[in-house]
Amino acid sequence: MTIAQIPRITTSRFDDPDGHTLERYLATGGYQGLRAALGRRPADVVEEVKTASLLGRGGAGFPAGVKWGFCPPGVFPRYLVVNGDESEPGTYKDRLLMEKDPHQLIEGVLIACYAVGCSQAFLYVRGEMALAQERIAQALNDAYEAGYVGRNICGSDYSVDVVLHWGAGAYIVGEETALIESLEGNRGMPRLKPPFFPAAKGLYMQPTIVNNVETLSNLPWIMSNGGAAFAALGAENSKGTRIFAVSGHVNRPGVYEVEFGTTTFRDLLYAPELGGGIRDGKQLKAFIPGGASAPWLYPEHLDVPLEAGVVGRLGTMLGSGAVVVFDEDTDMVKACLRLVRFFARESCGKCTPCREGTSWMEKILQRILDGHGRPEDLNLLLDVADNISVGLNWPPAQTTICPLGPSAVSPIGSAVMRFRDEFEAYLGGPLEIEVDIKGAAFVAPPTTAEVVTGV
Amino acid sequence: MARFNEQNLATALEIVSRYPVAKSATIPLLHLAQEQDGYVTDDAMEHIAELVGTTPAQVLGTCSFYEMFKREPVGTYLVNICTNIACQVMGGEELLHHAEETLGIKAGSTTSDGMFTIEDVECIAACTEAPCLQVNYRYFHKITTDEFDELITEIRAGKHKGDIPPHGTLARVRQHIPADRAAGPADPTGVPEPVWLARNAQGEEPAS
Ligand SMILES: Cc1cc2nc3c(=O)[nH]c(=O)nc-3n(C[C@H](O)[C@H](O)[C@H](O)COP(=O)(O)O)c2cc1C
Ligand code: SF4
Ligand code: FES
Repeated sequence: MTIAQIPRITTSRFDDPDGHTLERYLATGGYQGLRAALGRRPADVVEEVKTASLLGRGGAGFPAGVKWGFCPPGVFPRYLVVNGDESEPGTYKDRLLMEKDPHQLIEGVLIACYAVGCSQAFLYVRGEMALAQERIAQALNDAYEAGYVGRNICGSDYSVDVVLHWGAGAYIVGEETALIESLEGNRGMPRLKPPFFPAAKGLYMQPTIVNNVETLSNLPWIMSNGGAAFAALGAENSKGTRIFAVSGHVNRPGVYEVEFGTTTFRDLLYAPELGGGIRDGKQLKAFIPGGASAPWLYPEHLDVPLEAGVVGRLGTMLGSGAVVVFDEDTDMVKACLRLVRFFARESCGKCTPCREGTSWMEKILQRILDGHGRPEDLNLLLDVADNISVGLNWPPAQTTICPLGPSAVSPIGSAVMRFRDEFEAYLGGPLEIEVDIKGAAFVAPPTTAEVVTGV
Repeated sequence: MARFNEQNLATALEIVSRYPVAKSATIPLLHLAQEQDGYVTDDAMEHIAELVGTTPAQVLGTCSFYEMFKREPVGTYLVNICTNIACQVMGGEELLHHAEETLGIKAGSTTSDGMFTIEDVECIAACTEAPCLQVNYRYFHKITTDEFDELITEIRAGKHKGDIPPHGTLARVRQHIPADRAAGPADPTGVPEPVWLARNAQGEEPAS
């Protein structure tokens, strides 16, 4: 299918200025997916979502239907926690889904709670998103009034409260176990997995499903149109459509819903109806394929499809659908420092390699950029990085409780390996010492041809 | 004064009642305290501890973890400028420096008239609209340095009173669950298998 022919599954109301109101929602097919679900057994709804093979859109890309099946049988109550904490640098989709189509999300929440048997849902919205909170509060109030949420939904025996909850500024709270800690009223520090896999021991130590806003926003369409129709779009394991935010040096930065699995990075960056090419006729230097945590890709990867498995085999990830584009004039040392500074600021401080390592890396990069770098600094950077993420591989070998620490290594690995000359320029010219490269993932990314054929 | 006033106490109690475990209301109540006083006072944290059944130290521990909670007064308008990666490459740092010059303060500080505080913040999920900023968590997309100055002039002239509430007020619409529609909080220690799921297990017909 061409880009224009792809159905808009999650963004169909984005251009409607009143798409967030209950009235417009109902006029455009709203709450039909919920009614369809209520006409079927919960187990059949789970099956439908498995047929759709809907991958989680929050970052890890785990199939939603399969995750729902992980709740231990016979243990109740179960909870649903919606992850609306969107803070991964470059990521911009969940806020739009919450502001422009809050009922679609609420309907998705209701379908998920019905299928899984959740007795209460919490919709955790990032603290800084005041408009999203207002829109969701209004939508919930209207939906309660109209009988879509709360006791005996649509006249059935299905009852569930959806509670709007909101955060207060902390990236780490996007990590699902930290989100749960935060929802319990605590500091947002991740829990160790195992044993604290949310599906088994989550909110209040009860089985808890944590799903991303975009993941859940797909459910009304899936219930109305069928899982098979969803799975007919896309390729390999990446089915349906997916929202990508294309930011940085493109002519048309924007948030685009495209077919998952088949659309390529070249389409996303260069198609006239999408990114529209690099600004000012410049050359592409590199791009981040999936948020600040993801190792970078380069011009030779443009023909790689937006398919989770293919991108994974390249040693990086589609993560949260955040593509940040750098043109030829970008200072990669500066970019690297900014990303590392982010992780240093946002480390929760629970594990030593992450807490100490990220701020060390920030300090070393800062002194390089300030012109006070030392010849051994590149090796020192890689050594610290190796202590956080042994072997500098992707997916990382974790020395930490959560993946935030190893994520901070991605910009270091990517920038130092690929743009060593830029670091050397800051260090006063080519280095005589060998840089001790440990990482496999960042050294020689496989060529596009190898990747596409799965070699 | 810094305990919840009567009206906010009623709101606080309503918020607490939605959660199966009262302590979960800690963050929403800290926001409510900040809305009332512009920042979170020690007295407010004590009051919150009473309301959610924990200690003031626990509330402080939570409060101090999160960036948005201020434990001393800040400007009426908090200007958060994003310098993270997508904004950085589109001029976010230059915008921040310009803001510092215009307002005559460094990021992290407040103008002497108490009007503005500038913060150098991480990604605020408007990356395709870079460089961007928030004033009291209201978005301004693709802001040039001239537009920044204009915005400041307008705010000083009171032109944004309608769309930008004073610091502390987040959502101006609150959730309200009508008593006759509420399913009720799900007590983690005492909720059996939901009826619609149990019925499913017995192979009976669906809900509607
Ligand atoms: C440091 C860190 C930050 C994260 N931030 C978010 C986030 O902001 N939003 C989100 O949905 N998932 C985030 N995740 C992923 C969640 O832990 C979790 O996998 C996801 O919410 C599950 O939902 P899904 O299966 O529907 O994708 C983050 C993970 C990590 C390690
Ligand atoms: S890796 Fe970093 S953010 Fe994650 S738990 Fe450890 S210290 Fe906290
Ligand atoms: S990087 Fe500035 S809003 Fe995302």
